[in-house]
Amino acid sequence: MDAPAERKKLAARDFKSDIKPIWCPGCGDYAVLNALTKAFVELGRTPEQIAVVSGIGCSSRIPAYLSAYGFHGVHGRALPIATGLKLARPDLTVVVTGGDGDGFSIGGNHFLHACRRNVDLTYIVMDNQVYGMTKGQASPTTAPDWEGSKLTPEGTRINPFQPLVIGLASGANFIARVSSSDPINIAQIIVQAIGHPGFSLVQVLSPCITFRPDQQAWRDQVRTASVDFTGDAARAARRLMTDDGFNVGKVLFKGNRPVFEHDAATKPCSVAELDLEFAL
Amino acid sequence: MRTNEIGKGDAQPPMTTASVSLVIAGSGGAGVVTAGSLLLEAAAAAGWYAWMTRSSGPQIRGGEAAAMLRFATDPIHCHDDCFDLLVAIDWDNIERFAAEIALDSRSLVVGDPDLGKPHESLLHNGPRQAALPFKRLAATVADGRPNMVALGAIASLIGLPPQAMRKVVETHLARKGQAAIDASLAAFKTGFDHASSLPPVRRLADSAAPGSQRWSITGNEATGLGAIRGGVRFVAAYPITPATEVLEWMAPSLSKVGGVLVQAEDELASINQIIGASYGGTPSLTATSGPGLSLMMESLGLAVAAEIPIVVVDVMRGGPSTGIPTKSEQADLNIAVYGLHGDAPHLVLAPASVSDCVLTTQWAVHLAEALQTPAIVLTDQAMGQSRAVISRPADVACTGQREVARPTSDASRYQRYALTESGVSPMAIPGTHGLAYTADGLEHNESGTPSSRALDHQVQLDKRSRKLTGFNFGDWWADVIDAPTGPGDIIIITWGSSTGPAREALQRFSDSGGSARLMSLRLIAPAQPARMADAIGSATRALVVEQSHSGQFYRMLRAFYELPREVRSLHQAGPLPIRPGQIIDQLNAWRT
Repeated sequence: MDAPAERKKLAARDFKSDIKPIWCPGCGDYAVLNALTKAFVELGRTPEQIAVVSGIGCSSRIPAYLSAYGFHGVHGRALPIATGLKLARPDLTVVVTGGDGDGFSIGGNHFLHACRRNVDLTYIVMDNQVYGMTKGQASPTTAPDWEGSKLTPEGTRINPFQPLVIGLASGANFIARVSSSDPINIAQIIVQAIGHPGFSLVQVLSPCITFRPDQQAWRDQVRTASVDFTGDAARAARRLMTDDGFNVGKVLFKGNRPVFEHDAATKPCSVAELDLEFAL
Repeated sequence: MRTNEIGKGDAQPPMTTASVSLVIAGSGGAGVVTAGSLLLEAAAAAGWYAWMTRSSGPQIRGGEAAAMLRFATDPIHCHDDCFDLLVAIDWDNIERFAAEIALDSRSLVVGDPDLGKPHESLLHNGPRQAALPFKRLAATVADGRPNMVALGAIASLIGLPPQAMRKVVETHLARKGQAAIDASLAAFKTGFDHASSLPPVRRLADSAAPGSQRWSITGNEATGLGAIRGGVRFVAAYPITPATEVLEWMAPSLSKVGGVLVQAEDELASINQIIGASYGGTPSLTATSGPGLSLMMESLGLAVAAEIPIVVVDVMRGGPSTGIPTKSEQADLNIAVYGLHGDAPHLVLAPASVSDCVLTTQWAVHLAEALQTPAIVLTDQAMGQSRAVISRPADVACTGQREVARPTSDASRYQRYALTESGVSPMAIPGTHGLAYTADGLEHNESGTPSSRALDHQVQLDKRSRKLTGFNFGDWWADVIDAPTGPGDIIIITWGSSTGPAREALQRFSDSGGSARLMSLRLIAPAQPARMADAIGSATRALVVEQSHSGQFYRMLRAFYELPREVRSLHQAGPLPIRPGQIIDQLNAWRT
């Protein structure tokens, strides 16, 4: 390298911090952490160009395990933080990470409106259908008959939330489902999600081996989706409404919905000029 | 003394005075608010200062309204104890405002005899009554409107020069064409001429400084202006009465100066959006009222822990719960000071007047940025939605200056939450090479790594506290004014929009030979015990004045400060404002 300003090509490990994750051995979230670092390399980003924002929960710990700008906020509010950050700093690549409880229960309203607003963010939800950090309660995506929680010993008996259908209906511009059993595929999909303008939603089936040991069977249940993505929202909706949740590995929807951006004034006026409207 | 005709059978010219107060009331469509606004601007054109509040019924559109105005030769910050004049264009539902329209035996009530009689709730204190048929008089002029006839009568009664109103009408109706201007001025003249049949009210003395520049501004606009002067360039907004106008004024104004306002889905989103934008390096603000502030509490704590500067304006209204959304109360002090869980040092500030909304909000931005912590600015409905004619607020050199970390090639060195002497640690702005870190609401060590160790918690609590306790807040922390007769042994301690009546009470107390000192706190938190001790000096009596049911400010003072031996607490729930006379009564009780 003769140009001093040019930096060495970064490797995935350059995006990892030296903090050891608190996750249980075998947690699906490790695959997402690794996939994110690979995706950042693939995209040619540097750590300072990236901000990873999260709320609260096991998967929301990811920012600290990365070497990039990060924000670990309060429960359920990662999307608004990321929205403010991206609108104030459109030059940054802003990725939001979190779990199903953080994103779809306490943060459910922000999820709807982040999809609607369609700011250029990539939202990666590690869905394990359980609250792991509080030791195993039902989440919005939990099946109604799951009786593994002391809080709902007879099951939730309520309809599970369908994030991709809701995301599509609310206005998300890119929708994909992947499995933590295939980290290379996750990285590829994340690269596409970040590259696509607007709000990109990536659902990762990420088993909780501690509180949902039954989810170890997901490895065998998932299958690569048989069809490629569509840009037709009605068609995507039909597919999602009939799918069993295990079609993974591919982008399901890519739209061209208008992206919400901050149009900077071409010629800002001085603050003193604002006085004029008050002067009599 | 002007030479206009005065009331019939009244041999004496009416006395002139330094301030005149009046109410214009009427049903929806009567043009009450328009009339009030025109009068305010005409008074400004005549060189007077002015203050206008509005009250309206619960209807979303239309419905009865009252414009309450006060004009004065010197700057004013509140309503008087009583109104000199009530002009009712019609009488529909006016009794709804009776409690807000204080009248006494010197007051004059003028109404249209063709449209009924004043409601008895207005007549308890025996005001004088007179009649003027606004509607019939308006019909004598082509396209004449009763509200312009009423304005003419008011101008004549209080001594407003007709040429001042002509100028204002011409400006306001320019868009509607010459015919509209002529009709309005003709109706105005009709009212002006017919007012000679009315009994007199006090007339306003000539302006002391007719040529000096005046502004017409509301507290909510002034708050927005202060924010932009301070450097705010990102605002997240969720509509709520009575704070919405701060946001509505800022939306176009921010885009003029290159900033951005985003409407959020709720207050949880708006506060987190500004935290995100500020983390990105842009000074950021949101404005809300009590219910919204309650929702923001958790994330205010996040901004404390993660050390993100933000400003939250709370335009207070009657509480708790939905309370009285359209009316004022100073009862969010407790939640602003104590509402955060954990030990969470932050700033709470309060402007003392409409014009002070500019300086205080600007200073709040400066302090939040300098100390990397949230600032809550407490204004209220009475201040925020009042329109005042003021002298142009000075543009002080005070903008947000955040201590920013410089790029380094040695990434392992950067410690976002380094334990510095001041407690303020240089903050890395995303995009800066070599300084990537994770901001965290979890307790953390110096580098930002989550930690539950007792020592890390202790030193980070100390650091965050030290930022505020060690900072020199200077003279702006409070306004201290002595009566012209001297400070005496009484100190009046107040805050926010109770400062206006307290200031006026101090003047009147002094006029009647009393001595006292007035202190209005601009910096509510953190407490400044040494400065307070200096301000109290040798006073042996303190009168604490506030608009809350439980005396929140009094209790806060008791908790943080050494007060004089004898303390009186004048606290009263909203929405009725504290009147200067109530404060005088308390002061006089000490003289007997």
